[in-house]
Amino acid sequence: MAAAKESTSRVLATVLILALVCATLVAGAAVGLRERQEANRLLDQRKNILIAAGLYREGADVEALFDNIETRLVRLADGSLLPPEALDPTAYDQLKAAARPRTSRELSREEDLAGLGRLEKYAPVYLVRQNGELQTVVLPIRGRGLWSLMHGYVALTADFNTIAGVTFYRHGETPGLGGEIENPDWQQGWQGKQVYDRRQQAALRVVKGQAPPGEEGKHRIDGISGATLTLEGVSELLEFWFGPHGFKPFLQRLQREGVTEMTISGEQVDELPLVGQGSGT
Amino acid sequence: MSEESKRALFFGSIFERNPIAVLVLGICSALAVTASMATALVMSICLTLVVAVASTIISLLRHQIPNTVRIGVQITIIATLVILVDQVLQAFYFELSRQLSIFVGLIITNCIVMGRAEGFAMNNPPGEALVDALGNGLGYSAILMTVSFCRELFGAGSLFGYTVLPLASRGGWYEANGLMLLPPSAFFIIAGLIWLLREIYPGQREKE
Repeated sequence: MAAAKESTSRVLATVLILALVCATLVAGAAVGLRERQEANRLLDQRKNILIAAGLYREGADVEALFDNIETRLVRLADGSLLPPEALDPTAYDQLKAAARPRTSRELSREEDLAGLGRLEKYAPVYLVRQNGELQTVVLPIRGRGLWSLMHGYVALTADFNTIAGVTFYRHGETPGLGGEIENPDWQQGWQGKQVYDRRQQAALRVVKGQAPPGEEGKHRIDGISGATLTLEGVSELLEFWFGPHGFKPFLQRLQREGVTEMTISGEQVDELPLVGQGSGT
Repeated sequence: MSEESKRALFFGSIFERNPIAVLVLGICSALAVTASMATALVMSICLTLVVAVASTIISLLRHQIPNTVRIGVQITIIATLVILVDQVLQAFYFELSRQLSIFVGLIITNCIVMGRAEGFAMNNPPGEALVDALGNGLGYSAILMTVSFCRELFGAGSLFGYTVLPLASRGGWYEANGLMLLPPSAFFIIAGLIWLLREIYPGQREKE
């Protein structure tokens, strides 16, 4: 018996059976629980949009609060807004769109500050109104850190230049070091900083150590010790998303025109970003 | 094995042969997740669950597992269990799974789990393997909870998120000790616990 147990064929058979059983269990759990996990992720995204906009309070009903936020799709190339009837913005999956050739474009090396590879043609934005007045606009941002793609939201006040809030909700940076970009105390320091300088260039970035106080530091965000490379990624993604390939055309038009004037009619949408969440191909 | 010796095995694993304080295993997660009691508790439950189930399964299969590939087989079983725990956390306790981030996945490499599988479950019947694993899991948990109690209380003035010592920064009187929130503080506390255990069980002291 003992000798048979160690025979090559026996060893192979044992390992194969074990691998099959374990693979089935793991695959079963991943597939069976996917729907719940997706729902959690979506809820978490919405919660983070609310946090960036400064609307979230501990224990609040995320879905109810989110109902007050208007989700729209922006054509990044010229900053125009899609009419809501052209495509349900809540069903639009930005990351899937970025991965597909039809709904994205390749970024050249000079353009690709944030390390994205491909950029989607349309991006969602979240408009928060109070008494009909546009009060805050929340923009999705993402970019490469040290180890991972960092996903977050940044909210601007109605001057479309001052930061109202920021969150990073998904990343794979080292916990305790780069992972501190999740720290609410650090994120608090973003509030009131200005994105664009006098020449309308995106000037906001993270510095080493403390940002200088007052006027001098209005485009500077405090660093985190031990997170230099992660924060370089944060600076670069800010430069990208507030630059000409990101949301700059949208924000400049928002300053000059209103949401209604920026909305193009359905026929003007050259190519509909037909990638809903969960749609197969 | 008699009831008596099972009890000795169980409590021995918690105190006398505590995996963290005596064997100094599983230190990585003990530093990482003990800044708050809630995460430490979840980590303790996950690890105890994984080590108990893994040891029982490995003990049940111990006559089938070929000696030449035993480590690989043990790792496969442990990894499967850890992935299952991680998936369940992501589906039902999303916030917690985010706080624990990679540390749930790192249970796979936690030396306590491997140590019990290789050192005990491979040579003992399932009943005893389970008792031994539970003892070790609870021993790990005891240290984690003690460390996180000190760290959260003195670092953030709260326990399980409830304020116990009102912080000066929020209008109270307690000046928080920031060091306690950083991982190195766990070293000091664990060192203190090791010293305490060696006072109680002098047999653990190294011979001069």
